[in-house]
Amino acid sequence: MKNNLVMGTGNKAVAAAVKMAKPTVVAAYPITPQTEIIESIAEYVEAGEMDARYIPVESEHSAMTACIGAAATGVRVFTATSSHGLLYMHEMLHWAAGARLPIVMGQVNRTIAPGWNTWAEHSDALSQRDTGWLQVYVSTVQEAYDAALMAFRIAEDNRALLPVMINMDGFLLSHIMQPYEMTEPGDFIPPISLPHAIDMDDPHGYGAMSPSNVHFQFRFDMEKAQRAARTVISETEEEFAKRFGRRYAPVEEYLCDDAGVIIVAMGTLGKEAEVAADILRKEGVKAGVMRIRWLRPFPLDMKIQGRELVVIDRDYSFGFGGVVAGEIQARYPEAKMARIIAGLGGQEVTYDDIAEFVRTRKIGTEYWFGIAEEEQ
Amino acid sequence: MTEIPKEEMLLKCPSTCAGCGSLLALRYILKAAGRDTVLVIPACCNSVIQGVYPYMLHTIPVYNIAFAAAAACASGMSEAFRAKGKKTNVIVYAGDGGTADIGIQALSGALEREEDFLYICYDNEAYGNTGMQRSGATPLGAITTTTPNGKRIVKKDLDRMIEAHNLPYQATACASYPADLYNKVKKAISIPGPKFIHILAPCPPGWKTPSEKTVEVGKLAVKSGIWVLWEKEYDKLTISAPSKAAMKRPVPVTDYLSMQGRYKKVDAALAAQIQANVDKNLRKMEAEVKISEGAL
Amino acid sequence: MYEIRIHSRGGQGGVTAARMMASAAVKDGKFATACPFYGAERRGAPIVSFVRIDDTPVRIYSQITRPDMVVVLDPTVMETVNVLDGLKKGGIVFVNTHESLTFPPEFKAYCADITGIALAKNMFVAGSPILNTPVIGAMAKLGIFSHESGKLAIQETFSDVRNVEAAEAAYNEVKL
Repeated sequence: MKNNLVMGTGNKAVAAAVKMAKPTVVAAYPITPQTEIIESIAEYVEAGEMDARYIPVESEHSAMTACIGAAATGVRVFTATSSHGLLYMHEMLHWAAGARLPIVMGQVNRTIAPGWNTWAEHSDALSQRDTGWLQVYVSTVQEAYDAALMAFRIAEDNRALLPVMINMDGFLLSHIMQPYEMTEPGDFIPPISLPHAIDMDDPHGYGAMSPSNVHFQFRFDMEKAQRAARTVISETEEEFAKRFGRRYAPVEEYLCDDAGVIIVAMGTLGKEAEVAADILRKEGVKAGVMRIRWLRPFPLDMKIQGRELVVIDRDYSFGFGGVVAGEIQARYPEAKMARIIAGLGGQEVTYDDIAEFVRTRKIGTEYWFGIAEEEQ
Repeated sequence: MTEIPKEEMLLKCPSTCAGCGSLLALRYILKAAGRDTVLVIPACCNSVIQGVYPYMLHTIPVYNIAFAAAAACASGMSEAFRAKGKKTNVIVYAGDGGTADIGIQALSGALEREEDFLYICYDNEAYGNTGMQRSGATPLGAITTTTPNGKRIVKKDLDRMIEAHNLPYQATACASYPADLYNKVKKAISIPGPKFIHILAPCPPGWKTPSEKTVEVGKLAVKSGIWVLWEKEYDKLTISAPSKAAMKRPVPVTDYLSMQGRYKKVDAALAAQIQANVDKNLRKMEAEVKISEGAL
Repeated sequence: MYEIRIHSRGGQGGVTAARMMASAAVKDGKFATACPFYGAERRGAPIVSFVRIDDTPVRIYSQITRPDMVVVLDPTVMETVNVLDGLKKGGIVFVNTHESLTFPPEFKAYCADITGIALAKNMFVAGSPILNTPVIGAMAKLGIFSHESGKLAIQETFSDVRNVEAAEAAYNEVKL
């Protein structure tokens, strides 16, 4: 084994990266399948390996709120959650972004009850996509580690000052063990310097009543920050590649240069789709994969002209359609796509299934994997 | 005599209703707390009366936060200040809705975790900011917009819920007794850990009293014994001087009820019931003092 | 790609066995992943874990349905679970048992008394014999990874030397 590789789960890797990033406050509440992240951090703190305050709050609403209170003083903070925990935070997710606090959160994607089910689905995070958070979806343990390191630098960059949600698929990635390099970030993450931190010598009111014209400007400022985040993200990923040799892009492309048909997916499905593309290529189908990593800010330069897309949504917006497909169609009106709904509630989806989605694709239609043809 | 600083921490432009009890209380709270203080304010009257951006009433930092969230915000803020080695007072100033109702979960959690901040509930006994709907803290018989014939349920006993957390410092106060309030805030901030002060804050438009009667109605609450001033350090309970005097010979509770329009639907039978509840509570308080002194 | 499915019961360390197998393979310079299949499993319920080993990074997250190898840590699982389900022709089945079992001839079957080794070394956790370290020795003997890497993988997980000794014993007990 390369001696810098360790075997660990996605959860452990996120916790390890957070330890490296040295937050001052971590406030969190356990929920399956996120629990291992916060147990690991609590352990680091108890063992003195991490000089942080761990606040074992009584709910996710309080977890996000305590992060807001701490971040307001200008310190680095972290939390983690999943599914119902994320939904319970909803109000405070808006608050964190609106207050322009660079909070970083590990978010383990899990479906939503009823009935109880703890397996992977993206509906939890996608239902929070309008809160102003930057959202990245990762597909390997190494990527989870790297994304967590980069998240602090991106969130705290004064051009962005928006919170970052690192999404990874419940169990599929949170609990899988893969070898990864536990890179020491060194000075890759600069010290936090929050321009609007509470300052006793320069007292301000925060979040008081704002008249419509001012409020409107605040909202536009958030959008400007999302736009600026595109630059911040590329610069950060470039710098990361330069320092540590692992390169990421907002949309990861696989065999896309000559592809006639492109599978679009997020998270582990986007990684497994690469295996499907390999199989299809052997059959003579010029298939490629675009794995969307950063959903917010939404990628505006996907090279999809002249290609057919097979978009897999591990989510659904009822009465509308798959969220990712809908967003692509909205931003790329000319896109020709077959829309696949698959993997909800942890439904098993294999590379063979993905290859079959491509073989049987019907452009302009929506297909629910596993549902009988006559019911589609 | 208590020496209360002359320096004002609030500017002279509050957008309160005339005679606001919560603002009167806040004036003395901040004099006691001093400049090294951050106020955390959830949705309540005080999120409105601080002024409209970019203007503000306070001369210290104020952090506004969502309705259910004050105690959690103060937890995070206090932990961050302490981590940086700062002693800055973190004080929550929340209404009865944000404390006894929607905010009780976060508050209970923060108290159980022994977070280092002072939580002050100013209790005007209804959701004042939205125009006086009933809250869990609305007393028996009081008219609100959602109890148009008077509330049929007794006031939630917030203090006993808080007592269950066994705090290093807990007290009640009333806006009509500023010296008592000032001293209690001073004491609270001198003690590390979670502290709680529950202030009765008369609300002229809500209680249907003339604006100039705020102090008087608050004093009658104490003199009748419907509101008792006390403080508690862990198990040690002390009745505060104004209530000690009042408990010797309380005035009839009808003196308190009859000066407020919100009680106009209270008939003789209900008044007797309220009086009986007051008497019972006073006996209970006396017994608790004896237990705390080891005399029972 | 070499795919291994491990059958055990909740609490027997099947997941840790999977991690040590993957770790040993990585020490050999391979790429590997280990994952449990999460159901509503509880202590004592039959569970499966998966190990994938390849020369390039493993990009598959779905379950293994056509394993190259099946490892049965607890033979009583076979009373309710068809452990041979999907096993490739010519694939290996390894069972922890002191009995001699017969399997269809299209599979290569190996047995060793892993439990006996744990009992002999008095290795218990929460009242149950520790099976996941001796089985690493058996896997090494079957050529899944090197014996040296197997022992290193055990050492980074368990400090008690008996674990490596048990792996040695199992290595010697498995007859090819």
